[in-house]
Amino acid sequence: MVRFQNVGLRYGLGPEVLRDISFHLAPGSYHFLTGPSGAGKSSLLKLMYLGLRPSRGNISMFNQEIATIDPVELPGLRRRIGVVFQNFRLLDHLSTLDNVGLPLRISGAKEGTVRDHVAELLNWVGLGNHLDARPPTLSDGEKQRVAIARAVIARPSLLLADEPTGSVDLDQGLRILHLFEQLNKIGTTVVIATHDQGLIERFRHPVLTLEQGRLDVKANGSDMTDLAPTGGAS
Amino acid sequence: MAKRRRELLLEQDGSGRFLPWLIALMVYLACLALSGAITLSEASVRWSAGLSGTMTVQISPSDSEGGGSDAVAIAAVLDVLQALPGVADARVLPRFEIVELIEPWLGRGNVSDDLPVPTLVDVRLEANAVINTIGLAIRLEQVAPGTRLDDHDVWIQRLARLSATISGIAAAVVLLIGLATAATVVFATRAGLAVHIVVIETLHIIGARDSYIARQFQFRSLSLALRGGLLGLILAALTLVLVAGLAGQLEGNLLPRIAITPTLWGGLAALPLGVSLIATLTARMTVLRALRKMP
Repeated sequence: MVRFQNVGLRYGLGPEVLRDISFHLAPGSYHFLTGPSGAGKSSLLKLMYLGLRPSRGNISMFNQEIATIDPVELPGLRRRIGVVFQNFRLLDHLSTLDNVGLPLRISGAKEGTVRDHVAELLNWVGLGNHLDARPPTLSDGEKQRVAIARAVIARPSLLLADEPTGSVDLDQGLRILHLFEQLNKIGTTVVIATHDQGLIERFRHPVLTLEQGRLDVKANGSDMTDLAPTGGAS
Repeated sequence: MAKRRRELLLEQDGSGRFLPWLIALMVYLACLALSGAITLSEASVRWSAGLSGTMTVQISPSDSEGGGSDAVAIAAVLDVLQALPGVADARVLPRFEIVELIEPWLGRGNVSDDLPVPTLVDVRLEANAVINTIGLAIRLEQVAPGTRLDDHDVWIQRLARLSATISGIAAAVVLLIGLATAATVVFATRAGLAVHIVVIETLHIIGARDSYIARQFQFRSLSLALRGGLLGLILAALTLVLVAGLAGQLEGNLLPRIAITPTLWGGLAALPLGVSLIATLTARMTVLRALRKMP
């Protein structure tokens, strides 16, 4: 599903913010990505959602080498990835319905299909009565759910979430993570970047820990480096 | 259900305010350049067609009273012309026709009866006739001293050269206006890309193809260019009608007639469409080029 081999990343001529990152995410796995602020969690996610190119090393997504892929195929790959951004990245002038329907429209879905799917999903995340609301009129928790709905509306193979519980209270955070668990159960590979150790301990999934640009792979406190590739991260 | 809106809110960009006016100005100038070239070209064709296959013989008036020597000279000239192979007809212009030719310069009614005017002989040639004009001029000078032969060739060639030069200048003006339009659209589009970079990045990450994003810019440019182009065309049409009206008030044919012909209208109507096409393609290429640099 996702394979990093000796990946390094630097911005411009600055120091490497990620160094020798190597891991493999098996299809259907669920991981937390954690580490102190500035450790490079967002940068690693950006590499995974193809928002950045590595300075060195190889990245393979869905069994395709990113360095050698035809640029024409990149949008197709990106559509298989759902991203929940830390700052939501909702389009303020669009309604909730239009924001969530974006991935479907970009894929060329018909308007009727878009509306039906979006309405159903927004009902599921508890925003069924906010279809025409604009993001500026929503609370942070509601925006978070809109962002999540947009990330999952096209049934991505890989879901990446950057601090998805950062702007909501504990109850809402738990509901969001339960939602991700349900998606994971139907086959979606999930990676959640968070520094909330309480959540990580509550949902006992493997943990990718970034510290000073280097990655360590563990599962609930035990070293996972000897796990088989299909068992999660390796 | 709320009406679906485009992802990029380009309607609020500053380019929406200045681009149509700039394009209107450019289309206006291009329309004037093109209409000048077309008008002169059509006049040139008309004049050339009217003069080809003809010659004019000018017999200077004699100083003597009564015009007896004029009659002798005219008869001698006509004898020479009518005996020349290739001449279909040689006709002495009556005085009122000569006066009509002079009036544009002197003003209507300002040509007095006692004003000495040369006698003009309009010579029509047979089709494909080959005339030795130098030999003929010498022969005419012998039978009627002071007689001049004008076969119009030099004049037609100069007119054709002037027409071609002005057409070339007009084409260069239109080309420069096209380039200026493209440059303006490039700057406006780059400004739009900078303003909307966050939304563009979001669309890019979600999986939008470059063409999906470019389409929104190109439709915006098309809309603005059509609006500006139409305004420029209307202003140019009003200007042409005004100039045509003023030119029509002039006596005689000193200026080429500004006839608003289908050719002229077709050429003018094509300008806003051409400028809109340039704006659309330029916006598309600018966006695609910028997006290619994204990861």
